[in-house]
Amino acid sequence: MTMSRPTMALLLAVLAGLFTFPFYGGEFYVEMMAEMMILGIFAMSLDLLIGFTGLISFGHAAFFGFAGYMLAIVTPESEPIAIWWALPVCLAAVAVAALVIGWFSVRTSGIYFIMITLAFAQMMYYYFNENQDLGGSDGKFISWDPMVAIGDWQLLDLSDLTTLYYVCFGSLIFVYLLLTVMLNAPFGQVIRGIRANENRTRALGFATFRYKLVSFVIAGTLAGFAGFLEAVRTDFANPAYLGWHESGLVMMFVILGGMGTLYGPALGALILGLLKSEMQDYIERVNLVMGFFVIAVVLFLPHGVAGLVERLGRPKATDDGEAAP
Amino acid sequence: MTDPIPQTPILQTQALTKAFGALVAVSNVSLDFAEGRVHAIIGPNGAGKTTLINLLSGDLLPTQGTIAYRGEDITHLPSNAVSQMGIGRSYQKTNIFPDFTCLQNCWLGAQSRLNTSMKFLRPARTYRRVMERAERAIEQCGLTHRRDTRAAAMSYGEQRQLEIGMMLATEPGLLLLDEPLAGMGPDESGQVIDLIKRLSQHHTVILIEHDMDAVFAVADLLTVMVNGEVLETGTPDQIRASQAVQDAYLGTEDGGHHG
Repeated sequence: MTMSRPTMALLLAVLAGLFTFPFYGGEFYVEMMAEMMILGIFAMSLDLLIGFTGLISFGHAAFFGFAGYMLAIVTPESEPIAIWWALPVCLAAVAVAALVIGWFSVRTSGIYFIMITLAFAQMMYYYFNENQDLGGSDGKFISWDPMVAIGDWQLLDLSDLTTLYYVCFGSLIFVYLLLTVMLNAPFGQVIRGIRANENRTRALGFATFRYKLVSFVIAGTLAGFAGFLEAVRTDFANPAYLGWHESGLVMMFVILGGMGTLYGPALGALILGLLKSEMQDYIERVNLVMGFFVIAVVLFLPHGVAGLVERLGRPKATDDGEAAP
Repeated sequence: MTDPIPQTPILQTQALTKAFGALVAVSNVSLDFAEGRVHAIIGPNGAGKTTLINLLSGDLLPTQGTIAYRGEDITHLPSNAVSQMGIGRSYQKTNIFPDFTCLQNCWLGAQSRLNTSMKFLRPARTYRRVMERAERAIEQCGLTHRRDTRAAAMSYGEQRQLEIGMMLATEPGLLLLDEPLAGMGPDESGQVIDLIKRLSQHHTVILIEHDMDAVFAVADLLTVMVNGEVLETGTPDQIRASQAVQDAYLGTEDGGHHG
């Protein structure tokens, strides 16, 4: 995850753009950018699995959507719930779900891991889709945004769009830094080893199952954090958010953005989200065009957007850490 | 003739057997490995040497039989637990982290000796003792000049040296070396033979090697395996003089197939 100076400059420029955006962006776009940043968090959480642990989860949306339902369940009809309760309870529930699903899935690998995570996510999707108490396929309306207050003193009003935007912005940076610190710590070294060569990592003395499971739980919980923000943004728990479409979409962000870079998948979410909504106005078959875009990126940019940025950043790259003879 | 194994063994196998379907790769192997010795296992291709090492290291589970390390039963331990007991191994086929630098490869081995690596906050590079262990392993395997080179960019021989370095970074007491000289040029071979000699002063070594000159130069004891079974164990002189071994290597066993 060494980042060239131009890449860092570009990312800082993107951050500066995001930071000032509410001052000149229209309300529609501010709302949209908030969503893209939430998807960016979601994408980074999946990158921890795909790009760093080597676990290709095709059911990651289950945690994203489940957090929204948890918020819908804990929010009373009559009054808002304090975020100091809502957030930990939602994240704890998601973490437990990730622990249970991970306990079974992480012992498999390759195509079996893909299928078992997909199966668990679809089970959760159908549970919420069929559960009439939770609105069935219509989803469940969340009457109140969680209250961010100390005593009677309201710190933040999450129903205010600009406030919510900056909460998402801060969360994006927070999750990026959190993952970066973890990946540089001993834990991160082990999961990178697992991705590169699990058998050798085990032979060096690491109980790889445990590390994969912990990585799965952390990734699921962070996806839940993104899902929590999305539910606050939309005031709605939506069964579609647990489905394989959503899992596929976030996987696309990760792959197109550049897995194993963290910032790549976040950029992927921003860029693809923008492309899609911009094109929607002009082109009817937007998904067809997206399809071509995906093929083009996979063929010509094997390391995704992040790879392109790095390549432009250092044109005479030597990837060996020392000059080739 | 004095008993070739005067001490209590550090590692002991009893009737160890591994079958892959109908193929019995290791058959009824009972061996004692003495502490502080270099014990080489030789034999023609397909004799079951690497399978035996895989059983000892926990990479494979035996079909039958037991393995004891310092008197403790380790027969069913997975490779990570075997490693944590102080048994390190290197692989015949280079088995490294190609995208990691030389230092990062050894680092991971060294880090495995922390009580736990479930540490999420402090940067890995600030763990001084881990860094020292990793640096020492790089120095021991002779790759100091390659410290920050990506493993994939190193020569094959250097990757073989790194293979040993990663194992040494885990600070094992017993070394399982699976053909450490395979594919090496004469210079690199010489270095590694010297390294094994140096290591043997403080470690117990179990060595598989095809290079007979090297084997006879470093080994205190030899076991000859043929068709998954132990043919004979003895000192280099005893093995050199053994009629049975000569027959096996000359291919007169079972009416003369060549190996």
